Amino acid sequence: MEKVHPPKYYWANCGWLMLLLAVTWGLGYVNLGVFNLPLALVISVGKTVLIVLFFMHLKGSNRLLHLAAFAGLVWLFFMFLLTFADYFTRGWVTPGH
Amino acid sequence: MTEAAAAADLVAEQFDDLPQQHEAAKLGMWIFLATEVLFFGGLFLAYTVYRYLAPETFAAASRHTAVLLGGANTAVLLFSSTLMALAVRAAQLGRWRHLTWLLLGTALLGIGFLVIKGFEYHKDFTEHLIPGAHFLWTEPNAAAAEMFFWLYFAMTGLHAIHVTVGIVVMLILALRAARRSFDGGNYMPIEIAGLYWHFVDIIWVFLFPLLYLAGHR
Repeated sequence: MEKVHPPKYYWANCGWLMLLLAVTWGLGYVNLGVFNLPLALVISVGKTVLIVLFFMHLKGSNRLLHLAAFAGLVWLFFMFLLTFADYFTRGWVTPGH
Repeated sequence: MTEAAAAADLVAEQFDDLPQQHEAAKLGMWIFLATEVLFFGGLFLAYTVYRYLAPETFAAASRHTAVLLGGANTAVLLFSSTLMALAVRAAQLGRWRHLTWLLLGTALLGIGFLVIKGFEYHKDFTEHLIPGAHFLWTEPNAAAAEMFFWLYFAMTGLHAIHVTVGIVVMLILALRAARRSFDGGNYMPIEIAGLYWHFVDIIWVFLFPLLYLAGHR
């Protein structure tokens, strides 16, 4: 039988998530130039960590599950990296010179 | 039936005991979710590439989305995830009445999400933001703006399909909980469905800033 947490454990997480939502939403109305979206995404990553650790019980579960969760992100990273290596470098080199 | 015999009844023959069966079920779900990360990842990647090619138009197009409805929907999903987490707790404790209500609450919030999304799609329709023959864009770079809305509908659409599947799963589990199917310690279907529901929540957590807050308002 896995550990049973008190309801407070989940409601506290809910509170933090709502707070982060309010921050993202609020920042959406402030002009931070190029930093608007990156900052909003950093907050999204923060929310994801809270959901994964506490709601999805990754905190306190065995290493095999950590590995499975991490594997998805590793492949996602490779997919982005290899595609960026193409799109972001187009036009760097002029053929024939 | 003795307690040990009842527990043995819940364990499939390839497993030694209930905890091992639980671990296997959770591992299977996490691997499925890793494939889902890549499924949605293709769309996130397409978004990133087109945003890189036309950042200003993407910011402008994002200002045409309904941020109030999108933000409210984020809160609805975060709240539904909280109820889902409490449902797993109720299942762990064998409180089947709590469990039934919490699953129904989760499903209801999921339906609320879809209703809000429906109003939003209707608003997009009346403002000619649906890509195709009737797409209307008066600002510069209409092609990039149309691409933003292709991605907006593909990403929110695929997400909405996932929410719909989640609602059906929650309703089935609520029915089974009311019939006391999860008594005796076999609460794994609830935990697994919860993992799926939280994952769908996480996707929305990224869709909200990307689609609604790509440029400041």
